[in-house]
Amino acid sequence: MALIEAGGLTVLRDAKPVVRDVSLTLDAGEVLGLVGPNGSGKSTLVKALLGLLPHAQGSVKLVDRELGRHAPEERARLVGYLPQHPIIHWPLRVAELVALGRYPRHRAGERDAAADREAVERAMAAVHVGALATRPATELSGGERMRVHIARLLAGGHAALCADEPTASLDPYYQLDIMETLRQVAAGGIGVLVVLHELELAARYCDRLIVLADGAVAAEGPPDLALSDEVLARVFRVSAVRGRHGDQTFLLPLRAT
Amino acid sequence: MGLLGVATFVLFLVSLCVGPAPIPWRAALAGLVPGSGEDYGLIVRELRLPRALLALGIGATLGLAGAVLQGMLRNPLAEPGVIGVSTLAALGAVLAFYSGAAAVFPLALPCGGIVGALLAAVVLSALMRRHTGTLGLILAGVAINSFGGALTALALNLAPNPYAAYEIFFWLMGSLADRSMAHVWLVLPFMLGGSAMLAWAARDLDVLALGEEAAQSLGLDLPRLRLLVVAGTALAVGSGVAVAGVIGFVGLVVPHLLRPFTGHTPSRLAPASALGGAALTLAADVCTRLVVVNAELKLGVVTALVGAPFFLYLVVRTREAWAWR
Repeated sequence: MALIEAGGLTVLRDAKPVVRDVSLTLDAGEVLGLVGPNGSGKSTLVKALLGLLPHAQGSVKLVDRELGRHAPEERARLVGYLPQHPIIHWPLRVAELVALGRYPRHRAGERDAAADREAVERAMAAVHVGALATRPATELSGGERMRVHIARLLAGGHAALCADEPTASLDPYYQLDIMETLRQVAAGGIGVLVVLHELELAARYCDRLIVLADGAVAAEGPPDLALSDEVLARVFRVSAVRGRHGDQTFLLPLRAT
Repeated sequence: MGLLGVATFVLFLVSLCVGPAPIPWRAALAGLVPGSGEDYGLIVRELRLPRALLALGIGATLGLAGAVLQGMLRNPLAEPGVIGVSTLAALGAVLAFYSGAAAVFPLALPCGGIVGALLAAVVLSALMRRHTGTLGLILAGVAINSFGGALTALALNLAPNPYAAYEIFFWLMGSLADRSMAHVWLVLPFMLGGSAMLAWAARDLDVLALGEEAAQSLGLDLPRLRLLVVAGTALAVGSGVAVAGVIGFVGLVVPHLLRPFTGHTPSRLAPASALGGAALTLAADVCTRLVVVNAELKLGVVTALVGAPFFLYLVVRTREAWAWR
């Protein structure tokens, strides 16, 4: 079932098109990767899909209805969003931060302390941050903090998640850890849209990829098709070494010669 | 919270007892009931009760508005004065002085202040409707503060006689002396209305800890929240300034003082901060009556005198806690 369905989406910034005629669908249980060079419109596209930015043309459908016909709290319940460089303004404890994910329900008038507590505990357990529950989230390492943000998304019980560069500025251990966590989330039936810069992670963990160049879709499909040598050269100006280790294929970008 | 509630109640009682004529607390309580025939009844009901009630109300609104503004602007330096509310309310009162209306009609002064507060609410709401961001709000506050301050200085400059300038100058220092129940009834609706808006807004402040975009993705109606906070502060704090002049530092210090006990969640901090503000203002007002010098100390002077060094101490002591910014 399509959770997010965009058709012919165009987004303007200062009257210039930053996203041009993009169509995509995000299905339940899949990890859809959004890749492209810096400034190709990835973050803008994600914000437009969430209704945080208005679109000039085209349409966005969330589950059963047009984006604009959902009340804000309804939209918030359907799709969770993790912004690029997520902020924590106050030194909230981990459990308090994860509990903020329940806010859309509170807005809709559903206040059930027991259900909230259970959802928060389940979300923290799912990404293994239960032991950090009483620590101030601002004192955690970047990788731990990203896990806590994902727990916040899980506590919301959304049908779909959009994460904008969740692996940026993390060490290799946590890059793999976060991607595996997202795969595990998708295995639970949630649709995951993830913006990535690391092509090797995109190739390895995503079911499908959409390659954006200059605001438009340059290629899409399974990773080995979407990241073909031709696309890598044309869009990213790199070449790549491909290989196999055990049952895993991998891709290593190289500077084009 | 419980402890703060008890402290506020005790200070309220102390405020009824302390003054040029000390009153035993039993007599003070008995004096509250009209027609009880006690000797102290008149003093308690006509002089001390309005004073204590205003200290309670003004302190609570300052504490509440401070906590809510710090939460919304996500800036630990925010206080009600930052957005220019106090300056405009004070300007309204000063103009009532200047025009001579205050000499003809005793309540003209607070009425002028309330007009100033309403003006602040209208101006700031109009700014918010033009989608000014958080930074825009702070910058607009700086502009309003300078402009209001300049007009107040102009009124002092052009004061019809030195005595009028002296009166204005002293009124601006903030005081609760010689206020009547008429003052209480006049500002009560504005204070309650504004506080209700602030309390309503406080419930939605927690998600802003994640930043504006993430909060909006969770369904927060940010423009509406800003409007509620700005208009609520203008009404609640502005009406307080209208009767008592400018009382600084309570709105800034109290939230900082209470965070170690309530945690940083704004929705939990806000009610505690309201109680803390009330307790602090009551205590400061009692101080103005206990410290005997040849003129009565002004409340605004006491809060700033005690508040500023204490705030400095807090900043130095907790600088590590703020290091995540």
